Amino acid sequence: MKVLTDNWDLISEGFVTTLKLTLWCGLVALVLGTLLAACRVSPVAPLRWFGAAYVNLVRNTPLTLIMFFVALGFPKLNWNMDYFTFAVIAVGGYTAAFICEAVRSGINTVPIGQAEAARSIGMSFNQTLTLIVLPQALRAVIPPIGSLLIAMVRNSAIASAFNVHDLFGTNAQMVENGNDVVLVFLWIAVGYLIITLSMSALFALLEKKLAVAR
Amino acid sequence: MNLRKSIAIAGISALALFGTAACGKDGSPEEKTPEAPASNATGGGAPAAKPTVPTFTVKAGVDLSATSPTWKKAKDRGHLVIGAKEDQPFLGSMDPATKKRSGFDIEMARMISAELGLDPAQIEFKTIASANRETALQKGDVDMYVGTYSITDKRKDSVSFAGPYYVSGQSLLVKKNETAITGKDTIKGKKVCSAKGSTPIQTIKDKFPETTPIEYDTYSLCVDNLLSGQVDAVSTDEAILKGYAAKDPDHLKVVGDNFSVEKYGIGLPKDDAALRAAVNDALDAKEKDGTWKKVYDATLGLSGSPAPTIPAIERY
Amino acid sequence: MSQKATVLFDAPGPRARRRNAIIGVLGIALLAGGLAWVVYRFDQTGQFDSQKWDPFQYTAIQQMILDGLKATLKAFALAVVFSLVLGALLAAARLSDHRPVRWAATAFVTFFRAMPLLILIFFLYLAPAKLSYWPGFLDFINDDPMWPLVIGLSLYNGTVQAENMRAGILALPKGQSEAAYALGLRKYQVMTFILVPQGIRSMLPTIISQMVVTLKDTSLGFLITYEELLFIAKRLGSYQDYGLPLIPAAIVVGTIYIISCMILSGVAVWLERFLSRGRKGRVQKIDVVSGETLGAGAGISV
Repeated sequence: MKVLTDNWDLISEGFVTTLKLTLWCGLVALVLGTLLAACRVSPVAPLRWFGAAYVNLVRNTPLTLIMFFVALGFPKLNWNMDYFTFAVIAVGGYTAAFICEAVRSGINTVPIGQAEAARSIGMSFNQTLTLIVLPQALRAVIPPIGSLLIAMVRNSAIASAFNVHDLFGTNAQMVENGNDVVLVFLWIAVGYLIITLSMSALFALLEKKLAVAR
Repeated sequence: MNLRKSIAIAGISALALFGTAACGKDGSPEEKTPEAPASNATGGGAPAAKPTVPTFTVKAGVDLSATSPTWKKAKDRGHLVIGAKEDQPFLGSMDPATKKRSGFDIEMARMISAELGLDPAQIEFKTIASANRETALQKGDVDMYVGTYSITDKRKDSVSFAGPYYVSGQSLLVKKNETAITGKDTIKGKKVCSAKGSTPIQTIKDKFPETTPIEYDTYSLCVDNLLSGQVDAVSTDEAILKGYAAKDPDHLKVVGDNFSVEKYGIGLPKDDAALRAAVNDALDAKEKDGTWKKVYDATLGLSGSPAPTIPAIERY
Repeated sequence: MSQKATVLFDAPGPRARRRNAIIGVLGIALLAGGLAWVVYRFDQTGQFDSQKWDPFQYTAIQQMILDGLKATLKAFALAVVFSLVLGALLAAARLSDHRPVRWAATAFVTFFRAMPLLILIFFLYLAPAKLSYWPGFLDFINDDPMWPLVIGLSLYNGTVQAENMRAGILALPKGQSEAAYALGLRKYQVMTFILVPQGIRSMLPTIISQMVVTLKDTSLGFLITYEELLFIAKRLGSYQDYGLPLIPAAIVVGTIYIISCMILSGVAVWLERFLSRGRKGRVQKIDVVSGETLGAGAGISV
C-alpha cells in the first residue's frame, strides 16, 4: 500500500494518460475500422483492394514496429506532432485492422435472405442497411470488438517506450526511486485490470441489452 | 484468393530480398570521418595528414599476481575483459558490420592494458549499458569499465575508480541553423532529449522544470529526433555531443558552456586497490609522455575542439 | 463477386457500374497520390539516399540481419513450444473434475490474459537484479534477455492457447464423449483419444493464428535489449556513419516480419479450408481472419 500512496501522483497521472490513450485509440480504431470494413465490402473493386491491403499489411506487422515507424518516420515527413498523437495513430491504426475484420465478419453473419426479403417488400438501400442488416450485424460484432478493445488497452503499454508517460511508463521512475519491483508492477497491473475489467463489464452489459431472443 | 495473394506478395518480396543478398559486398561500408581540422573549409586542397592513434607497446615485467586478484585472473585468461559503450562516436563506438571498436575511451582502455603488461590486441570488449555498469563490475563480468563513467560518491559505494582521465560536463547539441538556443538559459519551453534514466535527464527534470524532457534509451535516437525536428536539443556530456557533432558537422553543433562537471574514471572492482594504483600509475605515465594527447587528437580532436586540460589523478 | 448481389446491395445495373468505376478510378488516383507524396517526402528528407541504403548491400550487414532473424525465430520457436505445452496443461486443468484444480487454472488464465505482456516481460527482466529474495536457481533468466521474453510470451500465449483448446473441446458434440464413456473408456482415455484430437483439429487454424501473434510479439524483445530483428534494425539505424538509416532499416525488417507472418497466416487459412473441405457442417464456423470463434469470445488474436 505504501508504494501506492508514496507514488500516488505519478501513478494517477499515468493511469489518466492510459485512460485517455484508451479513449482516443478506441475512437480511431472504431471509426477507421468501420470505414475499412465499408471499403472491404463495397461494390467498388479498388476500395476493396485498398481495404484488403491495409488489413493484411497492418495485421502482419508487429505493433512495436508500427510504433517505431510512426514515431520516427512521421517527423521525417514534417509531421511533427506530440508523442501522444503518434501513439494514438499507431495503436489506433493497428487495432483498426482487427476491428475491420470483426465488423466484416459480423456483416457476413447476416443471411443474404434477410436483405433479399427487405428489398422485396420495397425497402430502400438505406432502410435495408439501417433497419435490417446493421442491427443484426452489430449484435454479432459486439463481443469480438470488446475483446479487441481490451487487447488494445494491453497493447497501448508499448507507447511508454516512445515518450508517452502512461501507466506502464511509471515503472522506470518508481523502480529508480528504490521501490520494491514486485509491488511496483503489482500496482501497475492492478491499474490495467481496473480498466480492462470495467470494459469487460461494459461490453457484457451491451451484449445483454442488444441480445434478442430468436 | 486471399492465400494466393499472400503467397504472391511473399514470393515477390522474398525474391527482392534474395536479389539484394545475391549481390552482397564484402567488408563494411565506408566510414564517415571528418577531414583533419581546419582543412574542410574549402574542401578543395588535399587534407593535412590525419592524426592516427599511436600503437601501444606492451610493458614487460609487470606482475601484480600477488596483490591484484583481477589482474591475476586476466593474466591467467591471457587478456582483459573490458566493458565499454558501442554507440558513442569517437568515444566508444563499434562498427556494426566488422565489430571493430574505436574511439577515445577504447584507446584509453588499450593504452592501460598495454601498461599492465597485457596485450591490447587481445582485449575482449563487452558492451554494457549504463544502468548495468556497477552490476557487471560487481559480478566480475568485466575486469574494468571504460565508457564515459562519471566518478560519483554513490558509485564509489559499489565500485572503485581510477583517474579521472577526462573532465566533461553537461552541454547542449542543437541543429546547425538553430539560433534560439545558445546555452542552458535558453531552453525554457523547449523539448530536450536525453537517455532514459541518465543523470543529464534527471538534471533537466530537476533544474529546468519548464523544459519538456524527452527520453530514449540511446542518444542516437535523440540525435535522429533532433535532425527531424521532433526535439529542439539533445543534452548530455559535452564529450559525447562532440562526437556526434564531429560526425555530422554540416547539421549539428554543440552550444553553450558546460553546466555540470563530470569526471570520467576507469571503473574497477571495489576492493582491488592494487589494480587501482597500477591503473592510476599507467594513466599518469601516459598523460605525461604525450600519449594521451595523441589519442585525443586522433579521436575526439577530429571534431575541431582543442584538447582540454588533463585532470589530475585523484588517488584515494 | 463484384457483380453479384450481396447482403448489402443488389447486383449493380449499368448506371451503378459506371458510378462505381468512377469512384474506383478516383480512389486509385487518391491512393496513388497519397503514396507518391509520402515517397516524395521521404525522398526529400533523404530517406532514399544511397548512404542510408548502401550498408544493406554488404554481406556483414546482411549477416547481422540474418542473425537477428535467427534470434527472433529462436525466441518464437521456444515460446510456441512452451505456450502449447502450457496451453494443453491449462486446458486440461480447466476441464478437470476436481474443483480446486479448475479454480486454480481459471485464476491463472484470467490473471495472465488480463496483463499487458510488456509488464510480464519487464518484470522478469528487472526483478532478478533488483530482488534480494530472487531464488538462485532462476538466475538464468538474468543472464540472457531472451528468457524474460520467452517466458513472458509463453505465459501469455499459453493462456490464450489454453482457451483456444478448451473452446475446441467444448464445441465438440456431446455424443462424442457420451459414446466413448458408453464404451467404457476412462476420463483420460476419452480426453486423449477422442476429444483432444478432434478439438485440436477443429481449432488448429485459430491456434496457428495465435502463433502469428506470438511471432509479432517477439519484437517486444528489443525493449529489453534482446538482439532480435527490431533491435538489429535500431542498432543499424543508430549508426551515424550510415546516416542514421532508421527508416530504411525499419522497412527492411518490416518486410521480413510481414513475409514471415503472412506465411504463417497463409498456413492457417489453408488449414481451415483443408479441414472444412471433408467435413462440411461438422466443423464449427471459425473466422480465421480475426482468429475468433464467432460468438464464443474465446481467444482473440491481437
